Amino acid sequence: MTVEIHEHPFDPWQIMSAYRSKNLVAGKSGASAVFVGTMRDFNEGDEVQEMALEHYPGMTEQQLKDMRDRAISRHDLEGALVVHRVGVVHPGEDIVLVAAFSAHRKAALDACREMMEILKSTAPFWKKETLAQGERWVERNTPG
Amino acid sequence: MTINVRFFASLRERIGHATMTVEADGITTARDVWKAVSGESPDEEMLVAINKEYAGLDRAVADGDEVAFFPPVTGG
Repeated sequence: MTVEIHEHPFDPWQIMSAYRSKNLVAGKSGASAVFVGTMRDFNEGDEVQEMALEHYPGMTEQQLKDMRDRAISRHDLEGALVVHRVGVVHPGEDIVLVAAFSAHRKAALDACREMMEILKSTAPFWKKETLAQGERWVERNTPG
Repeated sequence: MTINVRFFASLRERIGHATMTVEADGITTARDVWKAVSGESPDEEMLVAINKEYAGLDRAVADGDEVAFFPPVTGG
């Protein structure tokens, strides 16, 4: 699977490693670019205890697949990987993994950054934080 | 005309339902669906999907469509 939604904690490095050995043709990819987003224990000056991540089953996966397919064709990638967490997440757990593989570094780095920004602005996910003083929805993502 | 309506995140809490079914004549666009379920004008930031694809509020809806309303996305 190249687009995955996980309900439980995942190990991005294990997924990267498995993807590289299974999906990439040895000798073709000279560059691997990866972004891993991890939950902080603070946001907007407040301590965050946990976070509930919600998605739109069906639409979210399709958005991510389309994004990945477009990145592969636009940047002539050898491969790409998108993994996102849903459910209750705790500080220190990983939320997102985006990786791009290409012959040379520019395509992989550009595609990784571009996919991350598209994911942040269009993929249907929503975060609700639990603070000491109660819960609150994250209203918008900050620009990258 | 039957429309299956879904709400996510803070909009789901505001409406008080995750899903609703709207059966009404005189509904032609997603904006009409929103008015039928909320009685309010849509707020500018609200996002709309028809059959799991992003759509504008003035996009036409058809019998059996799934129309979803949600706030700005905050993944990643």
